[in-house]
Amino acid sequence: MLAMVIDDSRAMRSILRRIVTELGFDCVEAANGQEALDIMNGGSLPDVALVDWNMPVLDGLSYVSAVRGNREWRDVSLMMVTTEGEHAQVVRALAAGAHEYVIKPFTPDAIQEKLQILGLVGVEA
Amino acid sequence: MSTASLTPPVDTSIDTLRRIGTYVENRSAILCPPDKGYLFESRLRKVIREYNLSGLTELASRLNVSVPSPLGDAVVEAMTTNETSWFRDVHPFEAMRTGIIPEMVQAKQPTRKLSVWSAACSTGQEPYSLAMMLDLHFPQLHSWDVSIWGTDLSDEVLAHGRSGRYSALEVNRGLPAQYLARYMSREGTSYVVSETVKRRVHFEKLNLIAPWPMRTRFDLIMCRNVLIYFDADVRAGIVRKMRDTLNPGGYLILGSSEISLGNVEGFTRAVFGRTTVYRKDQR
Repeated sequence: MLAMVIDDSRAMRSILRRIVTELGFDCVEAANGQEALDIMNGGSLPDVALVDWNMPVLDGLSYVSAVRGNREWRDVSLMMVTTEGEHAQVVRALAAGAHEYVIKPFTPDAIQEKLQILGLVGVEA
Repeated sequence: MSTASLTPPVDTSIDTLRRIGTYVENRSAILCPPDKGYLFESRLRKVIREYNLSGLTELASRLNVSVPSPLGDAVVEAMTTNETSWFRDVHPFEAMRTGIIPEMVQAKQPTRKLSVWSAACSTGQEPYSLAMMLDLHFPQLHSWDVSIWGTDLSDEVLAHGRSGRYSALEVNRGLPAQYLARYMSREGTSYVVSETVKRRVHFEKLNLIAPWPMRTRFDLIMCRNVLIYFDADVRAGIVRKMRDTLNPGGYLILGSSEISLGNVEGFTRAVFGRTTVYRKDQR
């Protein structure tokens, strides 16, 4: 399984990389939405993308819209991981096609549980 | 302001830990073996600071099981409060959504009444998760008399549950985004459960080893990750009481590591997907 961490903060990418790696994912990083799209156009399709909202070049919401606009990428799960905690922003992200939403700050458990909701990480039965 | 150190002195005297553990066990029947010294220290740090005590030894010396005290209550609360999350473990909620609740909707059609109990519900995420799931997936229940009880030993966590207010950190823990968008609103830095959901959930203080206050008979009881803290006899006694509190055909859902009921009669095991539950026999 491949996770793509999209965040303009190197420190945040490092934190998320560590969390998803411990959960068994391979991980690829992108510093903004455009970099992420370039990687995907190059043939590396993630099972899940963890997407910051506010980034230079191409923000997270525009990235989500671009991914949802390409039928070949419909199997990519999209999880916003952002400081944008307003209710209206959550609704907006879901309407654009995000599947899950994590508000910064978060604990590693929160990421794990959201990946469980998406069926990408197992739960003890 | 307290003059006590933020970090109490390390105190690993086995007698001290045993004394506190025995006190908690006598008050709540929850086992606190003294070999988990780190648990005592981390959980009681706040109590030590609030009561301006020098450490666990002084705390232990002030506990007397025959004399109720706010300090004793605080110790029991601190030692018995467990973490929780929304839709915890996912599978039991899937079992309810796809199997148990549809069956109940059919069976309870004549009375249009459904009662659910979330035992040891901590800060309320479990009963609220249930209420949200019922609202979203079973709109036919909107006109039913649906009541969801959330009980716990701790006044502090019950107050939290009743408030329906959660931090971003708490909301992140397992609440699917569609539920966040639909059933929570933002107030300052908190997220607040909608009135639609709140009015279905009733919180009550309840000690599982003391007399139970409710007269309601339930169709479904969730009691997860609690019984593991009791010894076998106490555990069996609680399960028997729960059986007697269930309507015939009602379900008991335990934690995934607690699925053996021992010698309790009157239940039949049922499997829904990856979840094993217990169904009370019809007679």
